[in-house]
Amino acid sequence: MDKQLQPIVQKLKKEFGAEVTEFRGDVQVLLASEKLIAASLKLRDEFDFALLSTITAVDYWPEESPRFHIVYVFNSLSKNLQLMLRVPVAGENPTIPTLTEVYKNANWRERELWDMFGIKVDGHPDLRRLLMPDDWNGHPLRKDYPLGYEEPQFTFNYEEIDLSKPHGEV
Amino acid sequence: MTTPYTIPEVTLDEIKHLVSQRAIDGETVLLNMGPQHPSTHGVLRLLLELDGETVVTCVPDIGYLHTGIEKNMESKTYIKAEVMTDRLDYLNTVGNNFAYCLAVEKMIELDVPPRAQAIRVILAELQRIASHLIWLATSALDVAAMSVFLYAFREREIILDVLELVSGQRMMTTYIRPGGLWRDVPVEFDAAVRNILDTFPKRIDEYEDLLTKNPLFLDRTMGIGKISAEEAIQWGATGATLRGSGPDWDLRKKRPYSGYEQYDFEVPTATEGDVYARYLVRIREMREALKIVEQALNKLPLGPVSTNDYKYVPPPRSELGVSMEALIHHFKLWTEGFNVPKGSVYAAVESPRGELGVFLESDGGPKPFRIHWRTPSYNNLEAMPVMTEGLLIADLVAIIGSIDIVLGDVDR
Amino acid sequence: MGVEQKLGEMGAVTTTLEQAMNWGRTRAMWPMLFGLACCAIEMMAAQSAHYDMSRFGMELMRPSPRQADLMIVAGRVSRKMAPVLRHLFDQMAEPKWVIAMGDCASCGGVFNNYAVVQGVDEIVPVDIYVSGCPPRPEALIGGVMALYEKVEAEKIKAAA
Repeated sequence: MDKQLQPIVQKLKKEFGAEVTEFRGDVQVLLASEKLIAASLKLRDEFDFALLSTITAVDYWPEESPRFHIVYVFNSLSKNLQLMLRVPVAGENPTIPTLTEVYKNANWRERELWDMFGIKVDGHPDLRRLLMPDDWNGHPLRKDYPLGYEEPQFTFNYEEIDLSKPHGEV
Repeated sequence: MTTPYTIPEVTLDEIKHLVSQRAIDGETVLLNMGPQHPSTHGVLRLLLELDGETVVTCVPDIGYLHTGIEKNMESKTYIKAEVMTDRLDYLNTVGNNFAYCLAVEKMIELDVPPRAQAIRVILAELQRIASHLIWLATSALDVAAMSVFLYAFREREIILDVLELVSGQRMMTTYIRPGGLWRDVPVEFDAAVRNILDTFPKRIDEYEDLLTKNPLFLDRTMGIGKISAEEAIQWGATGATLRGSGPDWDLRKKRPYSGYEQYDFEVPTATEGDVYARYLVRIREMREALKIVEQALNKLPLGPVSTNDYKYVPPPRSELGVSMEALIHHFKLWTEGFNVPKGSVYAAVESPRGELGVFLESDGGPKPFRIHWRTPSYNNLEAMPVMTEGLLIADLVAIIGSIDIVLGDVDR
Repeated sequence: MGVEQKLGEMGAVTTTLEQAMNWGRTRAMWPMLFGLACCAIEMMAAQSAHYDMSRFGMELMRPSPRQADLMIVAGRVSRKMAPVLRHLFDQMAEPKWVIAMGDCASCGGVFNNYAVVQGVDEIVPVDIYVSGCPPRPEALIGGVMALYEKVEAEKIKAAA
């Protein structure tokens, strides 16, 4: 772990009861979702982690609690440090508080969380689908959503697949 | 699925919270700069609220190129999934492979031999020059400088010839594999790259002659699309979009990977933060990239181009007829794939657009459990509406050109 | 004293109406700028100086569908883009042709999943499929020439 990162991580551990793991040089801090906003405000104001690189989620279906881990990657330009926060969220009605007040670019990333995983974001100014069409059903990146694989057409099933696909006419 | 062949209408009610009060009163006009447009650099849809020609609000609507790459890679083994990584940011194909391989090698703690590292750097920098050439061509075309388009594509053909020499494919090379490279470079590589090093500086001078002091170009780009450094960082912009406003944040210098610390180069920055500043930054980046290629080519060490660890890297075909272990490793790699320990990493490279990062989580199996691409164009595009307040539509076109977005990156 | 002697002096040529129509249609076919993804870059490279497509009459690419004859679908078509594609095809005036450039437009390509339409012929009728990922500019030009051969063999059909 980077020497400058040690005291920051210790402070997070003490104040927010976080668990710290280190894997291959990356530091990951596990936090509860209620403490997320306070921790990110502290990271931005006191420790100068000004850049939120990305927000993403991992789905651990069929485990129901926690089903999702939301991952936030923070970067500090002045000190050249990187920190990842993980927030566990349960499978029933998953919600997290919004980070748009703290970091402006959380806007689209949280919309993508809603679109791809169905995780509701409390307090988001504009929660609607981002990448899929507006009337799409389902949340594609969940593990129980099928890939949508189409069978390859060989000679033995050529007719069968041809009849089941739409064909464009003039 | 959407009912085929009907366009979903965007009514004012749906975007009421995004546009200003004047649109609801009917004073300003809502215009759709649709997914198919010559100046949007791909399938980007912009909902513009216009007061005459002035843009009051600009709301990007993305998702028209969403390919489901992240989910599709979860169902393929690590080697087979690499094929899909080329197609994300299709102007920086070598860089996508690079980021993916760095993440996989970080997870399994695989060492890459120095010859492979040097060749990776050479190809990544050549790809950076090729990507900047397309940026120059298309953004100059948007401000009506068409000869630059033809010249830049002519230069790009020379770089694509080198990529084809090395890997057989012009764009989607998949040449950088976990553990090193696919195979060694042929003997003509040195002469071909030296040809590039000899001819390109004069060609870049040609482009500068055409544009840098051209009063028409200056008129269209100076003072347009300003963004301050704090705002750019707040919106998560990286790459030349951030460096045009001041901070010299470049992952090749701050978090060096694959031997970048041995090469001597500068990171160009500018202070104004407008379209012209970003133009100057990228032109200088092309020259610095040529410097890196020259140093790497001069110092190119001899040796193998992949590790000897046949659990992760396929053995050479000559050994398959002789050694039993090689045959078994080959069989296991192609049927089952290699197993990666449980855990998650984040690895990033500096793409021509900014920070290209891969968040990879594995559950101990042969397929990526979750792979997430932190793509630079996504954040740069999110920062764009801030730059367009109060400007004309023509300026909007110049700004979209200057942030250098690739829609494959944005929509994944 | 037949037509053959007169031809030399008068400077006339004989042809059929079909041949004349098809000659006119192929010699100046304007493609519509419909580059979606990676294949669009190879289409731009085919248009520029090294592999010039203006030799084949495609001097300019028209972004407006009302002014174009040929739609080269270059790149993967996502489910969100599919209605837009059909809308643009409907806006083009007859006669119109479609080239599906690349593997993603022909059959879905590398991406066999929920988000990509498996072949653009689910939406529009395709005349020529050009394979490759992305196809080389020479392959695209070969596809264009195959389309020209197809058009030159067309017969005039009575309006239905």
